Amino acid sequence: MTIDTIEHAAKTPDQPQPWGELGLKADEYERIRELLGRRPTSAELAMYSVMWSEHCSYKSSKVHLRTFGELAQETSTGKLLAGIGENAGVVDIGQGYAVTFKVESHNHPSYVEPYQGAATGVGGIVRDILAMGARPIGVMDSLRFGPLEAADTQRVLPGVVAGVGGYGNCLGLPNIGGEVVFDPSYAGNPLVNALCVGVMRHEDLHLAHASGAGNKVILYGARTGGDGIGGVSVLASETFESEGPAKRPSVQVGDPFMEKLLIECTLELFAEGLVVGIQDLGGAGLSCATSELASAGDGGMHVVLDRVPLRDATLAPEEILMSESQERMMAVVEPAMVERFMRICEKWDVQADIVGEVNESGRLTIEWRGETVVDVPPRTVAHEGPVYQRPFARPAWQDTLQAAGPSTLARPSTGAELRSTLLRLIGSANLCSRAWITDQYDRYVLGNTVLAQPEDAGVLRVDPETGLGVALSTDANGRYAKLDPYLGAQLALAEAYRNVAVTGARPLAVTNCLNFGSPEDPAVMWQFAEAVRGLADGCRTLGTPVTGGNVSLYNQTGDTAILPTPVVGVLGVIDDVAGRVPSGFNTPGHIIYLLGDTDDEFGGSEWAHVVHGHLGGQPPAVRLDAERDLAELFYHAARDGLIAAAHDVSDGGLAQALSEAVLRHGVGARVWVPPELDPFVFLFSESTARAIVAVPHPEEVRFTGMCAARGVPHERIGVVDDADALDVQGQFTIGLDELRAAHEGTLPAAFGAD
Amino acid sequence: MARVVVDVMLKSEILDPQGKAVHGALNRLGFDGVTAVRQGKRFEIELDGAATPEAVARIEQAASTLLSNPVIEDFELRVEQ
Repeated sequence: MTIDTIEHAAKTPDQPQPWGELGLKADEYERIRELLGRRPTSAELAMYSVMWSEHCSYKSSKVHLRTFGELAQETSTGKLLAGIGENAGVVDIGQGYAVTFKVESHNHPSYVEPYQGAATGVGGIVRDILAMGARPIGVMDSLRFGPLEAADTQRVLPGVVAGVGGYGNCLGLPNIGGEVVFDPSYAGNPLVNALCVGVMRHEDLHLAHASGAGNKVILYGARTGGDGIGGVSVLASETFESEGPAKRPSVQVGDPFMEKLLIECTLELFAEGLVVGIQDLGGAGLSCATSELASAGDGGMHVVLDRVPLRDATLAPEEILMSESQERMMAVVEPAMVERFMRICEKWDVQADIVGEVNESGRLTIEWRGETVVDVPPRTVAHEGPVYQRPFARPAWQDTLQAAGPSTLARPSTGAELRSTLLRLIGSANLCSRAWITDQYDRYVLGNTVLAQPEDAGVLRVDPETGLGVALSTDANGRYAKLDPYLGAQLALAEAYRNVAVTGARPLAVTNCLNFGSPEDPAVMWQFAEAVRGLADGCRTLGTPVTGGNVSLYNQTGDTAILPTPVVGVLGVIDDVAGRVPSGFNTPGHIIYLLGDTDDEFGGSEWAHVVHGHLGGQPPAVRLDAERDLAELFYHAARDGLIAAAHDVSDGGLAQALSEAVLRHGVGARVWVPPELDPFVFLFSESTARAIVAVPHPEEVRFTGMCAARGVPHERIGVVDDADALDVQGQFTIGLDELRAAHEGTLPAAFGAD
Repeated sequence: MARVVVDVMLKSEILDPQGKAVHGALNRLGFDGVTAVRQGKRFEIELDGAATPEAVARIEQAASTLLSNPVIEDFELRVEQ
């Protein structure tokens, strides 16, 4: 076995290297040779290839994402404490508290091995939040699968759901919401986006850097094994020559109990002030942690790879550098603090080893078996990777798609037709009850969950004394985004914003996970650029900065890309969670109001999708000013206790919102169609900036006065009653039992009732 | 009547949190001298006839599709008469 040292590399410039297999392009490989003044060693090649990958370097998306950085870095509660570029953005929520939240994709691993892929997706985002110095307090997940009845969905969905639940439940973090969407474009390419939210005191914020020569670099947590290094085995097999290592698995396996120890251990290390810099090990493992810590600091770093504790002694240095073994962290610690650091790790039963030292060389050097196998400027690995200005162009089919609007589709007109349309829609894959899925998640562990699925947003209590809390929602509508990616991203933002607002919380900040097809396809790149532009413009109007996010490209099967899916997460703050507004009607006699204007808008709607299999036309109009007025109204109405329930109107329209609101607590409602509206448009249009509210009779005058003063359109459309039915007067009546059976039967029938 | 036994183990490179937990418990309880534990599962499958090559092939197919997850696990199969 020969070690490919830097001396060896300098002497053998012509040795062929498998850069192509590692995903590098010829010019990228040339650039590495230029940077180093020689060919890279196989360990260096491993590091560059993984760090310059699309996933780590954002090389196709960077030029567009800069727009987010141009937004004002402040919310209505103050400046951001950390913005884009850190592991996760940090938002001041007042009373000395800060909240950090982020959503990240784990799409491909979840397709290969659904359970472990989804589980390690949750674990990874939790460590991101932990690395900011915050205690993780909740998770959410945004999932997308192929058609409900497809064989592959039957394989992938139960595994993903069990993985999200298994990891989160074992870790003891409540899963407070998310989404599940089915569409043929996700067959063979499911989307698993996991969000985590954490809380800290302002003074506990920790940023990743490695300054101070002589400081020790400590790797702690799980041992390093061959997880997630399928690709780099080509290098290992070259190094090992005839010895031929076992075929390496590319599946990472999570251990939530280890992660729990890591959380408690890390928070105690923070509390004692023992940490100078810290980084979680996620994608690209040690390659990422060492190069990012070193380049964020002020000098260099030397690492002795032999000191990394291994689960599998046969790993080659390239593999150790690339391993994506879970539940590991890297910290930079002053020498005087090392002993105390080690004692705390020991107390939590967490293995910790000094693997290196910070120095002033300006270079990242890595040693293996006494030889230098890596000697690189760390910034060239972590931050100075290639940046592409990919060509993008509005595809020719976009006009055709937008021209084929839904106006020619046959509409239900009689009461009986409207009734059967409603029953069909509320039982359809995207509108049916998610209980079969969300019931597998622990929503209440830790005891601070105030609202969780099926509510519009998850709400968590942050301070038990004052009642300060946060609200979170994630949304995306791939069909809208396909019709118009600019508007689609804004519609996702508007819906998440509205979902947070209806609980009485004040929306503050945004995170996102942009899931698209191949950036090498100009049409996809155009969708991406438009979505980023739309989201940035929308955030500017709403005054909500983008605090961070994640991009997942190459989501496609063959040449067919997924629907463009910009998932937007909105974080809000609620002064006292005791005043939060739930989504379900609860008391007969309350008056039902529809807020916002209803237009004839069916492009990209669930009705067109379910009944006609149609996608075309324009998505519903974006009304960001109206969204902001609505949010202000909810904030004040909730604070003054004027509303008993509020539910956002979006996918599936008013019919869906009313059905969910009556089923939540099993009360009935009597609703009348306003004379100026067509009953079908009234019930099924997906016009935005709308919500339904239930107002106790004594508050009606104050509430309508508040709406009028704020210019929010409001229409009295019904009353909550105890008749056990949803009665749309003059059109149809549906008993709650029939409504419930239609809404709740779909997923159990598809995946087994157990 | 024949019995087919299928032993399923995680592949050697795959992390085994259960085995790790058992290993930790052994040490805590004073069972020294153990350097590693890996935990698997064993299926005993009773056939309604002899273990003909066809019957065994069928069980082998079941083992690779249902009893084990070939992405992360290996299995061994043997016949006990």
